[in-house]
Amino acid sequence: MEPIIRLQDVQFEYLSFEGEEIAALNGVTLDIQKGEFVVIIGHNGSGKSTLAKHLNALLRPSSGVVWIKGMDTRDEDKLWEIRQTAGMVFQNPDNQLVATVVEEDVAFGPENLGLPPEEIQRRVAEALKAVGMQEYAQAAPHYLSGGQKQRVAIAGILAMKPEIIVLDEPTAMLDPVGRREVMETVKYLNKHEGITVVHITHYMEEAVDADRVIVMEQGKIVLQGTPQEVFSQVEVLKEIGLDVPQVTELAYRLRAEGLDVPLNVLKVEEMVDAICRL
Amino acid sequence: MIKDITIGQFFPGQSPIHKLDPRVKIILTFVFIVIIFFAKTYLGYALIFAYIALAMWLSEVPIRYILRGLKPLLFIIVLTFFINVFFTPGNKVLFQVWVLKFTQEGLRQGVFMALRLILLVIGTSLLTLTTSPISLTDGIERLLQPLQVVRFPAHELAMMMTIALRFIPTLLEETDKIMKAQMARGADFESGNLFQRAKALVPLLVPLFISAFRRADELAMAMESRCYRGGKNRTRMKVLKAARRDYLAVAVTLLLVVGILLDSYVL
Amino acid sequence: MPIVVEHLTHVYMPGSPFESLALDDVSFEIQDGEFVGLIGHTGSGKSTLVQHLNGLLKPTKGRIVVDDIEITSESKVPKRLRQHVGLVFQYPEHQLFEETVYQDIAFGPRNLNLPEDEVERRVREAMALVGLDFEAVKDRSPFEISGGQRRRVAIAGVLAMEPRILILDEPTAGLDPRGRDEILGQIKNLHAQRGMTIILVSHSMEDIARLVDRIIVMNRGRIALMGKPEEVFSHVDELHAMGLGIPQITHVMRGLKARGMDVPDNIYTVEQAVKVILERVRGKKK
Repeated sequence: MEPIIRLQDVQFEYLSFEGEEIAALNGVTLDIQKGEFVVIIGHNGSGKSTLAKHLNALLRPSSGVVWIKGMDTRDEDKLWEIRQTAGMVFQNPDNQLVATVVEEDVAFGPENLGLPPEEIQRRVAEALKAVGMQEYAQAAPHYLSGGQKQRVAIAGILAMKPEIIVLDEPTAMLDPVGRREVMETVKYLNKHEGITVVHITHYMEEAVDADRVIVMEQGKIVLQGTPQEVFSQVEVLKEIGLDVPQVTELAYRLRAEGLDVPLNVLKVEEMVDAICRL
Repeated sequence: MIKDITIGQFFPGQSPIHKLDPRVKIILTFVFIVIIFFAKTYLGYALIFAYIALAMWLSEVPIRYILRGLKPLLFIIVLTFFINVFFTPGNKVLFQVWVLKFTQEGLRQGVFMALRLILLVIGTSLLTLTTSPISLTDGIERLLQPLQVVRFPAHELAMMMTIALRFIPTLLEETDKIMKAQMARGADFESGNLFQRAKALVPLLVPLFISAFRRADELAMAMESRCYRGGKNRTRMKVLKAARRDYLAVAVTLLLVVGILLDSYVL
Repeated sequence: MPIVVEHLTHVYMPGSPFESLALDDVSFEIQDGEFVGLIGHTGSGKSTLVQHLNGLLKPTKGRIVVDDIEITSESKVPKRLRQHVGLVFQYPEHQLFEETVYQDIAFGPRNLNLPEDEVERRVREAMALVGLDFEAVKDRSPFEISGGQRRRVAIAGVLAMEPRILILDEPTAGLDPRGRDEILGQIKNLHAQRGMTIILVSHSMEDIARLVDRIIVMNRGRIALMGKPEEVFSHVDELHAMGLGIPQITHVMRGLKARGMDVPDNIYTVEQAVKVILERVRGKKK
């Protein structure tokens, strides 16, 4: 099957403060299948946010091509269809809500699509339900917690019936409760609504349940695979300056001491099992 | 906390006045303001008072909230009263203090002008008290829509108002935070002369502006990614439909208009 | 001298419809040179609490004593309190406003009316403490350096006040792992080498566990738990009910114990866990 997202040798350069050309993306080639849950990790400045913005045609490649569901993002005529297909959630929960009432905000996208009022109302209700915020339909955004605001932002995207949701560090500014809320919502949408998810983060715990983890560094993909495959590369990750989950770290150190524990453990239960087998 | 400060003066409620179509309410408020200036007799003012009293009673807003709007204008009202009293030419002198003559015409004019101002304030307060900012914006946008033919940016104006309303609490909270952060570095916002105080605001205003620009930038990007491209081809979730109570309100107001015009020009 | 907080209660906007009880009869002491972690989810009262410690908020009831300064509901806050107690807010880089890094860090010392050579000495020292190269960065605009550097400039701005007590509210929020490790390392140094009293507000159990001597857990305006990390982390169920977690490694040790392995359950860092597991496993083989 044709992948829903295709990047072919994507380069993106921009001018820095000092006027020098900086390559934010340096030859990224990537296919993402429909229904996949992909997590992209990398530290600040690794190009992961730039990559995300290419999936929504907010940025277009300097060279190379990005196809979203077969549509080339350089094609101006397809711009709005691309943005409706690949919805985007941003980092700061405050700076992406437009309206003073939750349901009006969720309606913003569908209103822009020019849908009839009854259809918008139906979609808003459905979207708020999917993120568990239906009780707050009439609330003002500034009374909500960070996690709740992000769920409203996700509902705003859902109401446009996208096939892909790209989340650009949606949990970076949240507390642990908010992070959990957002991650549960995202996982639910992937599993039950079949939405393709591209989640960008630097919290490694959030990558554990992904179908695929992609590690970015200096505008390039340096590692990719299942969470087990990626996190077992402890040395590579450390060299880049990224974390591994504490459990993986434990396994790594125990192996260094000569104990026979597998490196691809990510969860507490697996680790307990592994140690008990020794 | 600081974000709890209410914006405007909306008094939430479910009264018949609250439920009126915002477009109708805005138009009727305009008509009301205009008609105030057509009233020329005591009977005319009595009619207007009866009308606004009915609206106040129906709105279920406590009277002190409605009258609160008068407080800051009290000085202007009193001043208007006296200016009219003294500078209206007239013959029937009631009494005289030094060169100041109290004439019957002057007194009448003074009372009317003061009443007009009071009615004006009450009328507009009632509109903002019973209409949430968002439906007010909505009403204005839809009323101005016909003007888009002559390229009047009705939608853009309404969108700007909505965004302003959305971000005022956020920016207030941010102001509070930055102020505290600078105070923790020894900044003093409370003492000194006017010049020193103005200078002390720099560490507050610069970060606030920078943050406002950053927010504007991010918001613009978020709106664009949600397919926003101006008012063109945009639909709305909520359709404003005039109900029976709206027609009733229009009818009552028309009666008032006819009454005042008859009273002032025919009788 | 220590920080003493006695029966501290704070009510926001009393008498208005928005009245809310943010702190409810909080009492504790912090000794000189202690490194204390303050945990609690958003709205637990921890931000309100730290703002009392340098006089940005005044108690509704109760009192706070820092050094010889006592703050009650009636007190006028003396300027020197803010100098004794440095407070680094969340996302402190949002408060930068000057044209150069140097000017911004000098803002605090200048508010103290210090002579210019003393100001410069303090700026140099503060920059060194957060690992910023004085010559390379001092003349740059705070708005054109990287996010991690901006944060360090903001922290230096507080350090230049030369506080004896430093409070940091979520100093690593939004940073990537590398930026986080750098900042935490510098905070650790301030404590170890400078002997500063440090109060670290954080959501991250892993960070707190690695660094602090003592943990105060806030919940709904009250102190829910207080004690050494191993004590606090043994209250797993209570922490969970408050929406807080325990370090993953503590879960592993509890799992091992449940499976009959003889391990202590007060382990909360990877280093400790490696040591204990090695002992047990090697002991078993012998």
